[in-house]
Amino acid sequence: MNEIENFEQQQMEKLIADKKIPNFDPGDTVRVNVKIKEGTRERIQGYEGVCIAKGGKGMNHSFTVRKISYGEGVERVFPLFSPRIESIILIRRGDVRRSKLYYLRDRRGKSARIKERTTGHGIEEKTPKSVKAKKVAANG
Amino acid sequence: MRTGLIAKKLGMTRMFDNDGHHLPVTILKVENCQVVSVQTEEKNGYISLQLGAGSRKAKNISKPVRGHYAKAKVEPKAKLVEFVVSQDAVVEVGTEIPVSHFVEGQFVDVSGVTIGKGFAGAMKRWNFGGMRATHGVSVSHRAHGSTGQCQDPGKVFKGKKMAGHMGARSQTVQNLKVVSVDEEQGLIFVYGAVPGAKKGWVTIHDAVKKTLPENAPFPVGLRSVIEKNTEAAVEVVNDENKEKEEDK
Repeated sequence: MNEIENFEQQQMEKLIADKKIPNFDPGDTVRVNVKIKEGTRERIQGYEGVCIAKGGKGMNHSFTVRKISYGEGVERVFPLFSPRIESIILIRRGDVRRSKLYYLRDRRGKSARIKERTTGHGIEEKTPKSVKAKKVAANG
Repeated sequence: MRTGLIAKKLGMTRMFDNDGHHLPVTILKVENCQVVSVQTEEKNGYISLQLGAGSRKAKNISKPVRGHYAKAKVEPKAKLVEFVVSQDAVVEVGTEIPVSHFVEGQFVDVSGVTIGKGFAGAMKRWNFGGMRATHGVSVSHRAHGSTGQCQDPGKVFKGKKMAGHMGARSQTVQNLKVVSVDEEQGLIFVYGAVPGAKKGWVTIHDAVKKTLPENAPFPVGLRSVIEKNTEAAVEVVNDENKEKEEDK
């Protein structure tokens, strides 16, 4: 590892030390709690939508969240390691086959939905049917 | 006027400030930057400190240069640079100057040798517009065009911007802010870009166009523990002496 990577690693660890950031992918619905400064007061505002893209590596990692606000599509790009992000909450996993969901920009309503993903990586495997049957047999 | 420092450019990265703003920073590493000799008014006609940084194997240095290091009782350095200083900023030979010489928030000027671009055309070297892609232009789309008038001056004026060698020249960037200083690892984080390639040598000085902050150490920043390096230097000198005896 060279010195720059080393430094970035330390920075990243420092920035997310007291934060829990879930493992999320494009297609997932997330809620990003953003710190907002109003004069001297600071409050937290949630921004909820579909993550449509992730980009960058290491310190430069960022992600785009799209939502429909009052009938208007809104997209926000967050640096993953931004100190303005208080926390990220994973709300729903989406079943998509692309890493960049820019096609959602051209869609509205029903066609802009994303199916929920219930299996695959990051989700605890459901017990297969054959194992269940065996268990029942053993108990019975 | 304080002395500057010799540093190695490691590259660029990003940092975040407390408000969450993204700061593009260049990381500069200072390693064993020591005073190798002092130029005095009586002897040289001007006052300056010769600093050395990095390290080099003694076997790769010519004997006279080795003698120069032996006289200063410092380890052989990879890079030597002179910094003109005022009389009150002169420090002893062998003093190691750590990164804490510069303080957070102060402004610095950074000099380095820019990345060489070779023989470059007028478009790349001087941002000329070139010629049109069509409308009868042939062969000379990236040419510089006219270089002057007619028979009257009958010559091309000196300093005319034309194609030629670009880059690989010394350049200074002024008024760069020091974002932070890491004394433990010898790193200085400077806001923005710095001339030169990665792993290249640069010199950092106090900005000439800004006033020095009051908390900046004068004449030089000092580290509490500098024994390690002086010991090593003494060893080198001892080795030198042994060699000399053997030669005899």
